[in-house]
Amino acid sequence: MLTTKGKAPIVSRQMLVFFAILLSYPLWADAAGLYEYLGIEIVIFIIYALGFNLLLGYTGLPSFGHGAYFGVGAYGYGLAQLYLDAGFIPGLLLAMLAGTVASGLVALFLSHRRGIYFALMTIAFGQVFWFLAIKLRGLTGGEDGLLNIFRPDIDFGLFQISLKSNFAFYYAVALIAVLVTLLLWRLVHSPFGMAIQAVRMNETRARFVGYQVWWIKWTVFTLSGAIAGLAGGLLNVAQESAFPDTMSLHASGLIVMMVLIGGGFVSFWGPVVGVIVYYLARDLLGSITEAWLLWYGLLFMAVMMFSPEGFAGGWGKLVAWVRRRKQGEVLMGGAQND
Amino acid sequence: MTESPPLFVAEHLHKRFGDQVVLEDINLSFNAGSISGIMGPNGAGKSTCFNVLTGMYRPDGGSVFFDGEDVTGLAPERIVEKGISRSFQIMNLFDEFTALENIMVATNRVRHGLHRPFWDIRADSEISHKAAEVLAMVGLTGLENSLASDMSYGQRRALEIAVSLATEPRIVFLDEPTQGLGADGRANLADLIGTLQEKFTLVIIEHDMQFLFRLANRISVIHWGQIIAEGTPDELKANEWVRTSELGKMTTC
Ligand SMILES: Nc1ncnc2c1ncn2[C@@H]1O[C@H](COP(=O)(O)OP(=O)(O)O)[C@@H](O)[C@H]1O
Ligand SMILES: [Mg+2]
Repeated sequence: MLTTKGKAPIVSRQMLVFFAILLSYPLWADAAGLYEYLGIEIVIFIIYALGFNLLLGYTGLPSFGHGAYFGVGAYGYGLAQLYLDAGFIPGLLLAMLAGTVASGLVALFLSHRRGIYFALMTIAFGQVFWFLAIKLRGLTGGEDGLLNIFRPDIDFGLFQISLKSNFAFYYAVALIAVLVTLLLWRLVHSPFGMAIQAVRMNETRARFVGYQVWWIKWTVFTLSGAIAGLAGGLLNVAQESAFPDTMSLHASGLIVMMVLIGGGFVSFWGPVVGVIVYYLARDLLGSITEAWLLWYGLLFMAVMMFSPEGFAGGWGKLVAWVRRRKQGEVLMGGAQND
Repeated sequence: MTESPPLFVAEHLHKRFGDQVVLEDINLSFNAGSISGIMGPNGAGKSTCFNVLTGMYRPDGGSVFFDGEDVTGLAPERIVEKGISRSFQIMNLFDEFTALENIMVATNRVRHGLHRPFWDIRADSEISHKAAEVLAMVGLTGLENSLASDMSYGQRRALEIAVSLATEPRIVFLDEPTQGLGADGRANLADLIGTLQEKFTLVIIEHDMQFLFRLANRISVIHWGQIIAEGTPDELKANEWVRTSELGKMTTC
């Protein structure tokens, strides 16, 4: 059960651990057999997944078409650079705007739906965007993708920072991830965060205590679309290109799987775990076998069967179990003393 | 007593589902500060009547007035803002929230604070204090931090009422609040409703006549979607239909 509990600090202990790992990654990646570029993609998908879980885990709204807004952000960034000569930060803002507008429009049609109808419509709209990305060849480059994007410098007026190196770009992405994490953490612990959980638990009751549920759904969907757009823009910078693949049903399904396998339904940190598990599986299993996705699929099924609440859920149960055992020992110790 | 206009009036309500007519020319009025009872057999249209009065369904005909204002067909969230709230026959709670959180999320202050990301509700002692008071009204003191899903059936029934009180309504519609309760539960609930009368105008659906005879100032009997009898408990006890119907023979068990 995903419920925000108790008083929420601005920065929590788990958050500090996450930030410490995030910001130190380039220092130990090599030693761990990983590489900087991998970190970039992982952190981009962490941003995407955290925003996605606002919708899936907190509000209980399953979207199987979120690749659309991620892709719209990627194309948005690319087009902003190609046609408007936009720099890094303006380009990202435009990517976010693109994700916001696309998801905001779609959300108008979705926000009065629930359950299977909601899910089916997210797929339908996702397919529309994917189809457009392939067919609007003049704008998107069709199946060949939008190429010739380059990593710009961040212009601070007095000085510039080049993002050409993976090291510099990693830190740009990591800083954005820190900001997004802080914002989302605040949001889920605010009255709005309480309201979206209320909508997940009982939409009817939420309406009958006065919440405008369609507006809440619209806002969450659009917000997660904006964050998907931001992440998509960053991926475009990372890969120096944008492809329709990011918008496919397959890609949209992957983010759902990542969030579920990590435990997005039980923990704010579930999506983070899920993204890391996915990429490690891809790289570790991928170095052993071409069929790594099969093994990842099996891993997904195993986790769903043995710990339906994902890694975070399993971890929570383990902690509770250890705690109970410790208490048990304390009690038994007390009995012996008597 | 001086005659003031009724707080809540429904005129000529009609409601159909497909070609099934469920409400036919229903007229009701509830006075401020009173307890009104709605009774009638299963399937008579009582819950549908509440659903039309509280915004779940728009009526096919007729009007609803609250405090002189036309509120016909308004969405539930607008109805709540006006000061009307309800409980449900089949309970509707936020199961993964604690009892206290169920109340907090229903308060006007939290609902009007959606744009305040830095407001930590659970750290706000004024909000939790007020929410605890609402729980106290229905006798749930001590269970503030229990998950709604962990509470007993009777406690959940009480919480269902408390959530509908949390929006600070002027009139509260309770749909079969005694359903599934034993004799003790019913007696407690009757006492509770007696105390709520001081603060709220109440309308209660109940098919146990004795329960309503004891509490209500006025009772309307709905059958086949129509009001077939209306009056004070004493008037109804003398009513031919009531005396001969199954309902009249039911007693508080
Ligand atoms: N949403 C609905 N759609 C179709 N029929 C309904 C709906 N709600 C209620 N009904 C029908 O309306 C009639 C009255 O139901 P209801 O108002 O729940 O009765 P009561 O609360 O008096 O037991 C029943 O025949 C029921 O099947
Ligand atoms: Mg009913």
